[in-house]
Amino acid sequence: MTRLPAPESADLQARYPEVFNRPASARLAVPAMIVGAFAIFVFGLVDLDFSPGRMLAGLHQLGWIVMLMIPPDPGSSLPAYLAALGETLSIALLGTTLAAVFALPISLLAAKNIVPSSIFRFPVRRFLDSIRGVDTLIWALVWINVVGLGPFAGVLAIAVSDFGAFGKLFSEAIEGADKKQVEGIRASGGGALHEIRFGLMPQVLPVIAGQVLYFIESNTRSATIIGIVGAGGIGLQLAEQIRVLEWQKVSFLILMILVAVAVIDWISSRLRFAIIGRRAVV
Amino acid sequence: MTVAVPLLPSPQLAALNDAYRKAVARKRLRFTMATAVLFAALVIAAVGAEVDLRTFVAKIGNFVSYFDRIATLENGARVWSDVGEWFWGWQKWLSLLGETILISYVGTLAGALVAFALNFLVAENTSPARWLRFVVRRFMEFCRTVPDIVFALIFVIAFGLGPMAGVLAIAIHSTGALGKLFSEMVENADMKPVEGVRSTGANWVSCMRFAVLPQVAAGFASYTLLRFEINVRGASVMGFVGAGGIGQELVVAIRKFYYSDVSAILLMIILTVFVIDIGTGWARGRLFGKDARS
Repeated sequence: MTRLPAPESADLQARYPEVFNRPASARLAVPAMIVGAFAIFVFGLVDLDFSPGRMLAGLHQLGWIVMLMIPPDPGSSLPAYLAALGETLSIALLGTTLAAVFALPISLLAAKNIVPSSIFRFPVRRFLDSIRGVDTLIWALVWINVVGLGPFAGVLAIAVSDFGAFGKLFSEAIEGADKKQVEGIRASGGGALHEIRFGLMPQVLPVIAGQVLYFIESNTRSATIIGIVGAGGIGLQLAEQIRVLEWQKVSFLILMILVAVAVIDWISSRLRFAIIGRRAVV
Repeated sequence: MTVAVPLLPSPQLAALNDAYRKAVARKRLRFTMATAVLFAALVIAAVGAEVDLRTFVAKIGNFVSYFDRIATLENGARVWSDVGEWFWGWQKWLSLLGETILISYVGTLAGALVAFALNFLVAENTSPARWLRFVVRRFMEFCRTVPDIVFALIFVIAFGLGPMAGVLAIAIHSTGALGKLFSEMVENADMKPVEGVRSTGANWVSCMRFAVLPQVAAGFASYTLLRFEINVRGASVMGFVGAGGIGQELVVAIRKFYYSDVSAILLMIILTVFVIDIGTGWARGRLFGKDARS
């Protein structure tokens, strides 16, 4: 076995000057960014009242809370918790479906290949963006003002906030659709509605169905928290038990949420496989 | 140019037509059944969620008029006719918004650092031990399944009211969410550089540092920026449970029906979210090329 002669360092430097003599700005950019990021981080810690003493005291307290949580025990309120969990799942399913039903026609208006003029598209897009900019919890508070406390307010809150998200996702799916099928419909004499119904919908519906299922899954999580402001479901129970420091019940409720989310995850990934095939689900 | 479409003889055609009809009928049946199941589930859900269409119809006017009310000042004028009166508390709100952004920044960065430290243990191709992988993985799943506001509720009791609870809640949730994304990225990394580094006698830490990290660093930063964007929204409601930020002011304004304040604060939150959205989108495009923007 022959050894290759080691190339001279000077020779290499002459051949690849851009590797050896990078300008100072390029060499310092990344360290400077890292230092800057950490400077803001430290400033944030100071500004937000972090101190080792508070941290230790808090961790001590947290340790106690965790000790008190074991073992999880629902006490005598298991039936009430199961009903609340059912309520949460209902909120997620109903809210997501409502959002999808209303978002579909609006998303057509926000898609470039359906509404080419940006004068019409722009306000629709900004409208959807503003809806998305407001958190589900805020919508829940607003709806509680309108229809009163209870799960119905939660359904409407999830429906409204998902409406914004779906409008964007659906319109992106529609924009990504293949033009040729639409042209085919037009060539055979179909009107604008025929183009959408027979040219676009068969392409985008599986994508949309996948997204809706994914959102039902993630809304199960959102639906658990809107109860905190009084919009029904298991979050209401959870917030109440935390407030009265019933830690065993709290840990039981958290476990219930974890199990419910895992089950919904499993069901919806099975359904997604069935609808769009294995390859489309990453 | 005319092309004659050849017609098949009818017996042959009949068989094909028959098969086609059967296939379509099967598809229709499946579709109808799926719709029926969905409909049944929706009806059950409607009963479970106490949906009451009569209240809805009776009160929907309230929803529309709510936006009318939040666009009206106390003296009855439209809010935009007197911006000074509308944004009377802008100094306080602006500093609270700054606090909100800082909460999400510190929370995201802390979460990203923990996720960074843990993700190499979770990724299938780099994990040093099976049991470790299993344990850390379950921990991350726990962190991301429990909503951040639930952590905030508990931390407010442990650490006291204030932004600290919010930061820790966001940090823990981000650890779970980013840990998953990071480890998936490491799993997709090319393993040949790792072999190269290991063949020089390097230990596990050096392998990660010199072989894996250069491949994934840009992606990590991109995901972290995306998470920051999400966390700004999350931090805006942390105040609902007393964990700092603008949420406290908002929930008071909504509950006490200070209508014009609600619209002013909401507008400020929406604008902030827009600016952060655009800013992080720009930063990601700038740092990692156009393809990282989506």
